[in-house]
Amino acid sequence: MNVTIIRFPGTNCDLDTANAVKKVLGIEPKVISCKEDKIPKSDLIIIPGGFSYGDYLRSGAIAAREPIMDDLELRGNEGVYIIGICNGFQILTERKLLPGSLLKNNSLKFISKNVELKIERNDTFFTSKYKTNEIVNIPIAHHDGNFFADQDTLDSIEDNNQVALRYLKPINGSQNNIAGLYNKDLNILGLMPHPERAVDIKTGTNDGSRIFESALNFYST
Amino acid sequence: MRAIVYIRLKTEVLDPQGQAIESALKNLGENTINNIRQGKLIEMDIQANNKKEAEEKIEKITKSLLANTVIEEYSIEIS
Repeated sequence: MNVTIIRFPGTNCDLDTANAVKKVLGIEPKVISCKEDKIPKSDLIIIPGGFSYGDYLRSGAIAAREPIMDDLELRGNEGVYIIGICNGFQILTERKLLPGSLLKNNSLKFISKNVELKIERNDTFFTSKYKTNEIVNIPIAHHDGNFFADQDTLDSIEDNNQVALRYLKPINGSQNNIAGLYNKDLNILGLMPHPERAVDIKTGTNDGSRIFESALNFYST
Repeated sequence: MRAIVYIRLKTEVLDPQGQAIESALKNLGENTINNIRQGKLIEMDIQANNKKEAEEKIEKITKSLLANTVIEEYSIEIS
């Protein structure tokens, strides 16, 4: 299984994400710069968290329009699996690979803590190692995680079962407590929580590791 | 030519920054000001043969980058 992590100027979770992939999957991911022309052949592409381009204009806005994102979009359309974590989620919505947008938290505070989340479905590439409706504990660390979509888009997200994760309690103003989303084809996942920071019980929770294990499970079965 | 793009959150989108500014004003004793919304203004020089061409170009870059029309609306001024 080939995993590629794309790093933008201001990305700061690339090493944690690479370590999580190594620890959980036992494979060495490729960490590439967004200035590369092409993404190497990959089974899974991860856009990690951080503050790409300093969150200038809007979180993720500048990164979403980097030339390498043309290639990412192409891969996504071909069915390659893609995860956007935190700023990666913002980049995917700015690129319109996922619906809606992530606004400033309604408290206007940067929120950094472990939160309880509900896994909405376990029949996807990313969640086969969880149970449907399982409650997991994974940290969030964001200022702009308040999910917003217009009513028609929100209805279509719910009708198509595109919600991946929900906060158990309202935390940042997100509509329907949405913490993570799939695209319609279920090969692209964006989520505000940081699964890469929850792969070792020494940090308090390892509930994030099964996202990576689910991916490996898919390729080994 | 000089172009100004005004970008506002759509009215149905909550603006906690506007609310925070409003609450600060209330703390300063300003009770006659309500419904503050914060937006942004982006200005630039543009080379174009005429105003219409300039407007079209600015509209294009606003839709493709400057504004996120999922959450924002915009207006353009050219002088």
